[in-house]
Amino acid sequence: MPLRFNLVVGGTLFALAVFVGLFAPWLAHTDPVMDANLLNAEEPPSWTWWFGTDAQGRDIYSRVVHGARISLTVGIVSQLINTFIGVSLGLTAGYLGGWWDDFVNGLTNLMLAIPSLIFALAIMAVLGPGLTSLLIALGLTNWSFSCRIARASALSLKSQGYVQAAKVLGYGNLRIMVTQLLPNMLGPIIVIGTLGLGSAVLAEASLSFLGLGVRPPYPSWGSMLSEARDQITTAPWLSIFPGLAIFLTVLGLNLLGDGLRDILDPQSRSTRV
Amino acid sequence: MRAALSGVIIMADSASSAAADVILRVRDLRVHFHLSGGLLGKPRVLRAVDGVDLELKRGECLGLVGESGCGKSTVALSIVGLQAPSSGSIELDGEAVTAGGSIDRKALARTAQIVFQDPYASLNPRQTVRRTLEDPLRLHGVRARSEIDDRVATMLAHVGLRAEHADRYPHEFSGGQRQRIGIARALILNPKIVVCDEPVSALDVSIRAQIINLLLELKETLGLSYIMISHDLGVVEHMSDRVAVMYLGRIVETGPWREIFERPAHPYTRALIAAIPDPLLRVPFVRAKGELPNPLKPPDGCAFSPRCRYVEDPCRREPLPALERHRDEHLVRCWRAKEL
Repeated sequence: MPLRFNLVVGGTLFALAVFVGLFAPWLAHTDPVMDANLLNAEEPPSWTWWFGTDAQGRDIYSRVVHGARISLTVGIVSQLINTFIGVSLGLTAGYLGGWWDDFVNGLTNLMLAIPSLIFALAIMAVLGPGLTSLLIALGLTNWSFSCRIARASALSLKSQGYVQAAKVLGYGNLRIMVTQLLPNMLGPIIVIGTLGLGSAVLAEASLSFLGLGVRPPYPSWGSMLSEARDQITTAPWLSIFPGLAIFLTVLGLNLLGDGLRDILDPQSRSTRV
Repeated sequence: MRAALSGVIIMADSASSAAADVILRVRDLRVHFHLSGGLLGKPRVLRAVDGVDLELKRGECLGLVGESGCGKSTVALSIVGLQAPSSGSIELDGEAVTAGGSIDRKALARTAQIVFQDPYASLNPRQTVRRTLEDPLRLHGVRARSEIDDRVATMLAHVGLRAEHADRYPHEFSGGQRQRIGIARALILNPKIVVCDEPVSALDVSIRAQIINLLLELKETLGLSYIMISHDLGVVEHMSDRVAVMYLGRIVETGPWREIFERPAHPYTRALIAAIPDPLLRVPFVRAKGELPNPLKPPDGCAFSPRCRYVEDPCRREPLPALERHRDEHLVRCWRAKEL
């Protein structure tokens, strides 16, 4: 199989982000919060300060490296919640049909009609800022796409012969959904989940930018951008490096999602023996 | 009238010693689909199966034949519990399976199984053969690892697959091998009745004979009873002890296969037999013209009358002809069966 450009580049970028997040304490030069030193305030990028320093003299490189932890954790966990909710609702709706299907459809349409960032803002307003509320807010607002995909797959899969055969063999509905339908819809769900991971990272950045995400002084890419917006003309490196981190991570995730879509086709996985 | 309609049942009553040997009894099965008529139209009723009586004896193979859309697959789905009948009863081994609409699926699963037509769509592409065969055993209470392994290995040997095939995925097999897996799955719970819904129609002609012979062999070794559904009389002729011919939701002729093939009484059966490709052109019957009538608007009187070359005035009027005794166990639903 030829190596696919989008898969390799996307996978590398995402793997790099995960690596940086995992090994942040070893990669960072200084402590991202405590090592403030006003003598070094607003230094431009140099050999000492790779990405420059901010108004408090903290090393931007160390803060971006540590920010990867928070941005990726929020992105991955909230996207897992989204996928779980979306797949549970969509799978049961498509397979069981009836009033439950109508209800889930209505709910999905409702969710699609509300701008998800505004909805997340409303949830954050109720729960208050902080990491946990950020996870809940983002995890409850972006499941409509995976729900649609799961429902459509369940509808097309449930008339397949092997699902009928499972019924005749005495399988219950839950067992049929978990063993027969779910494994066969994983491809599209993984693709949608990966693409959604990109938007979740962006949404975290947006909420943190608005001051509702991670509280300062802890660094997340969004909150760093938010703090940097006053100095964008005088110290552009404060915005460029966190922005670049978001850009590369989201780009990587989107490329990875596209690449996975190309290969997640069971027929191409192995050749006939 | 009523007595004549249920001729099959009367036969069973008169020979009560044979009744114990009846493993499947379908009585007056009706499956009606209610279709909405759109914005302005009236709701309509599609009578896919309209009063079918069937009996299957232990160790017998009953061929159920007819054109696409005649309701034969709907009968099959009702027997294995995939399609709830609108009315009528189905008894498997003396137990009613349709009582009150609720079915004990697990008990039914151990009695009746089905082999599907399309071996490409009927196997889960994400499950190995082993999982496909093991999961039903576990579900039905087989716990011991050794017994599970044993039964899977025996079943693979029965259907002519090798032990190393167990850990492969369906896409690694050819159509004929896939159908063998489908048969193994149907037989893993040791059912007594197997409904074969066009089991060879999707297969290459060169493979068909192998699968038919496999089914016949398994019937003997495992003591199975088959309902063999096909639109191809050639297949049914090769396998069946008795044949029932369906047309537009009803049985129009039934009897031992030799009777049906050598002395068909219904003009529709004759047309079906004429449609078997025969290099020697021995068949004296004429093929049917036209298409199956719209089942939403069945013709008055005999449903076959618009296509029948022997049609006369009484055929086009109510009432329907009844399924009457033609000769011994040979029943036919035609006003003119005696004259033809």
